Amino acid sequence: MKNCEYQQIDPRALSVSPLSAQIHTEKKEQRPRRKWEVFPGKNRFFCDGRLILSRHSGVLPLTLGLIVVTCGLFFAFDCPFLVKHLTVFIPVIGGALFVFVVISLLRTSFTDPGILPRATLDEAADLERQIDSSGSSTYRPPPRTKEILINQQMVKLKYCFTCKMFRPPRTSHCSLCDNCVERFDHHCPWVGNCVGKRNYRFFYSFIISLSFLTSFIFGCVIAHITLRSQAGKSLVQAIQESPASVVELVICFFSIWSILGLSGFHTYLVASNLTTNEDIKGSWSGKRGAEESGNPYSYNNIITNCCVTLCGPLPPSLIDRRGFVPPDEVVPAASTASQMELPHFSTKNDVNMCTQSTKDVLERMINSGSQTLCSPGPPKTTPLVQGLPSTAALSPEPPPSAGCSGPLGRRPTDSRCPLFSRSSEKESLHSINPAFRLASPSPSVTRTAKTLGGAADVSFMPLQPGSVGDEAP
Amino acid sequence: MATEFHNLQELRRSASLANKVFIQRDYSEGTACRFQTKFPSELESRIERTLFEDTVKTLNTFYAEAEKIGGQSYLEGCLACATAYLIFLCMETRYEKVLKKIAKYIQEQNEKIYAPRGLLITDPIERGMRVIEVSIYEDRGSSGSSSGSSSVSGSTAR
Repeated sequence: MKNCEYQQIDPRALSVSPLSAQIHTEKKEQRPRRKWEVFPGKNRFFCDGRLILSRHSGVLPLTLGLIVVTCGLFFAFDCPFLVKHLTVFIPVIGGALFVFVVISLLRTSFTDPGILPRATLDEAADLERQIDSSGSSTYRPPPRTKEILINQQMVKLKYCFTCKMFRPPRTSHCSLCDNCVERFDHHCPWVGNCVGKRNYRFFYSFIISLSFLTSFIFGCVIAHITLRSQAGKSLVQAIQESPASVVELVICFFSIWSILGLSGFHTYLVASNLTTNEDIKGSWSGKRGAEESGNPYSYNNIITNCCVTLCGPLPPSLIDRRGFVPPDEVVPAASTASQMELPHFSTKNDVNMCTQSTKDVLERMINSGSQTLCSPGPPKTTPLVQGLPSTAALSPEPPPSAGCSGPLGRRPTDSRCPLFSRSSEKESLHSINPAFRLASPSPSVTRTAKTLGGAADVSFMPLQPGSVGDEAP
Repeated sequence: MATEFHNLQELRRSASLANKVFIQRDYSEGTACRFQTKFPSELESRIERTLFEDTVKTLNTFYAEAEKIGGQSYLEGCLACATAYLIFLCMETRYEKVLKKIAKYIQEQNEKIYAPRGLLITDPIERGMRVIEVSIYEDRGSSGSSSGSSSVSGSTAR
């Protein structure tokens, strides 16, 4: 629970007032928008949302280029000689492997790895309530973990502050894509996507077929050079006759070890039903106590594990990229729009959390108009609060005891701040400008901001249930 | 079908959303999709315990069917692998078939059992398979808000 950091503030943040964000989306409201257009994670979408890719996918063209160039050289310079002197099956096998590799690679890169959609506001509020009621009354907030039994083994579920939920078992949050991914294996820059529940089998078939292809090309090129040098010429002459083979040889020689190693490693993982993430963390290796023995997800049978991981039923994509954003959700759209304008806010989970909760307050404010409004916390920095009554703005009174937003005040409460309830909408909007709030470095301020976000989540729910529908698509 | 569907729309329009109850996942038997069958206390005044539990249990059996590991799923997987997973472009997996069945079942249950009691179930796939969301509606009058339907309207968009 770090406080929001000062350097995260972008000058643009100051200029984006919630009002302008809303106007911005109202302009866009003309045509129905698909959910991928408002997707909160750091992904890129192609073909109207059919294809998904991580935003950092710069290495994917390199991977594809290496494969295509090597195979191109092989087919252009080695195959004619080998067909003439050996067999016609060499280009046939090579071609089949090449096609398989490329399809698997593209399949891995453009498939949703198993992204979990973020919790809706209602769901998050419900969880928040549960955490609150179960938490002790100590000053420090309780650690957000939940312990559950899986196949008689204790597993800890961590709370994801970005997705606002307890991460299901084996799920991990990918910091590069800013999504929770089910059965998260790793984020693979080479394929430009996370590897998770839905594309692990594609990834595995990719590296296995690629190791076959590399070995095949490597062997064929060596055979090619050997055959040439056997025909009465020296090795140097043979190489001079076919310089492309040397390039292939170098590429294959350097890649084959890593690819074979990776294939072996993943074969071991598949056979023991582990993920790279779990293996690296050593989650089930018994280092953390004797009672935690073994992997609770394993079927204790190598063949079953392989079949389940590679041939099991393919779960559906949960993010419904091509679905339409329901037209009545003006406000969630506004929040996502402002999120897209301010991508730097999502670089850090904690920062994101703060902006999220302030945004929640904002949304409810915009909706409820000047109905009621709680104090956004002690206004320690004052420049934007001038429109407010000076007693309210400059009052140094700390809010924990103020009734409407203490650190423990997340539960629904009817008490309202009398000072703020009469202020006009415009003033109140200014007073809780998120940028302004973030700019205050005091941890206590951000803390109350956070808890206030929670407070608003709960206490405003009955007033405007519709407006808090679902924020994330 | 069309008239029944109208009823659901009617419910959303004429009543206001009072509360939502979330049925969480049950991971005790692994990561397969299962929901807790514990009856939430918020629904006590609204619906008979057995009716609700039946719905959740039926849903669980549906999900178990979808994720069942056996001959058919292996065959499907191997076939897909042999065709470089291109078959998924033109073939509907068993999982997808069951999901359609589930959507139909939920719609049916909503019309028959839940809507008359002022409740609505949201298909878990809309919530990332994490929760079964039960929306509790109240007759209009206590609250003037009418836009409480946004969270459930998504289910019709599918």
